[in-house]
Amino acid sequence: MIWQIELLILIIVIILAVGALAVKDLLSAAILFGAYSFMMCLLWAIMGAVDVAFTEASVGAGISTVLFVAAVFRTSRRTED
Amino acid sequence: MEVLLDVLISRVNYWVYIVLMMIGLYGIIAKKNLVKKIIGMNILQTAVILFFISIGAKKNATIPIIEHGHDAAHTAVTATHYINPLPHVLMLTAIVVAVATLGVALTLVIKVHQQYHTLEENEILERIREA
Amino acid sequence: MKIGGLILVVILGSVLIYGSLEFPPWGDPASPASSHVSPYYIEKSVEDTSVPNLVTAVLADYRGYDTMFETIVIFTAGIACIFLLRIFRKEETETRLYRHIPTGITLRIEKSGKFPEKSAAFERIDSVWVPHDLIVKTTCRLIVPFIQIFALYVIAHGHHSPGGGFQGGVILGAAMILYAVAFNLRSATRRMGERLTVLLCTLGVFIYAGTGVLCMLLGLNYLDYSALAGVLGVDPVTARSHGILIVEIGVGIAVMAVMVTLYYNLASAGKHDEGL
Repeated sequence: MIWQIELLILIIVIILAVGALAVKDLLSAAILFGAYSFMMCLLWAIMGAVDVAFTEASVGAGISTVLFVAAVFRTSRRTED
Repeated sequence: MEVLLDVLISRVNYWVYIVLMMIGLYGIIAKKNLVKKIIGMNILQTAVILFFISIGAKKNATIPIIEHGHDAAHTAVTATHYINPLPHVLMLTAIVVAVATLGVALTLVIKVHQQYHTLEENEILERIREA
Repeated sequence: MKIGGLILVVILGSVLIYGSLEFPPWGDPASPASSHVSPYYIEKSVEDTSVPNLVTAVLADYRGYDTMFETIVIFTAGIACIFLLRIFRKEETETRLYRHIPTGITLRIEKSGKFPEKSAAFERIDSVWVPHDLIVKTTCRLIVPFIQIFALYVIAHGHHSPGGGFQGGVILGAAMILYAVAFNLRSATRRMGERLTVLLCTLGVFIYAGTGVLCMLLGLNYLDYSALAGVLGVDPVTARSHGILIVEIGVGIAVMAVMVTLYYNLASAGKHDEGL
């Protein structure tokens, strides 16, 4: 494995995690969380866990994001923190 | 100095996972919005899964799918050539269970919003006290 | 609250970082996690089950109980979502919105008015802002069958490549959700109704548990697929491989149905009338 790529992805993952929690719009938070899941999937693919990466790509970046968007659409986008 | 650098290189991955876990836990504790709390819960979950996957990693090993040809059915397989599949199996099911729990959590969020018309924790508590 | 949480999190993090100093180095082949039970799985899996993908072999054969109860957890989540959110009261909405496709005019028809008949010229829409998206609809109509075929490939080829019941089931569910997003929830529920999804949830779990019971009836332990050798007409090792495929299909059906159920209920807040 190439440690430069891994370090880069680890940094991106932390930025996305902080972003998903810090942003003041729930729809943006849902999308950032989807991006976070996809980066996590890349990290697992680098570690050789191909099955787990495949699951995360379909579940975390696909279905979870849709469920978040559906729930935010049915409730409210506004948040104070 | 050399020793310190060695420790740093071999441990930096674990520290990043711990930082991710701390971010998720802080999200659960400090954020007032329920959807933000669920996002924090998911970040915590993925950090733990990441830690589990990383303890299965091996240097100079390949992915856990045995190389096979039509005539190579009886060649011996060496365990050090393949990454440990056991954490992968446990975490694969954990991810799918995570999305199921996410569904139930979002269902409860929608129910709470139908009842109190807000997702902020302090406003919900206020409305419970008023009623 | 915020300061207290921050202090708590930092204390926990420093304790964990202190604990991580005792860990084996990253990627050490002799670490405790990879030196007890996993070498057996790696070395004996092909011999025992003739499945080259170790993850599939361990998931559905060696640790079959574990996966069965994970499937039941997912099933329970789907059922819980229906119980919590579903509103069975049929209340017909006061007004309906229709779009006349050739002119693009939106018609608002009150309850007492006459609704247009189902035709190519009129299209029922959920709200005024829904655009007439011919490109999105046509693209999704073209893509959905290919996604479904890929999902079936993922389920069926899980023995030799990354994949299996969970991934394939999720992709099948995603195809249905894509259809529901691109068109609307009513046309999706016409294709795949609520009764069908709940029935499929149950059927998936039943296939998994039923395979185990069948093994027991044939005289071996629960979920020991080599008992199926006589039924399938193959040797015990190949029977274990086929048994894995059967339970993967069960897992795929259950996961697909649960994902679709979750989406239907969340997107319409339990009313099943209009989606995203």
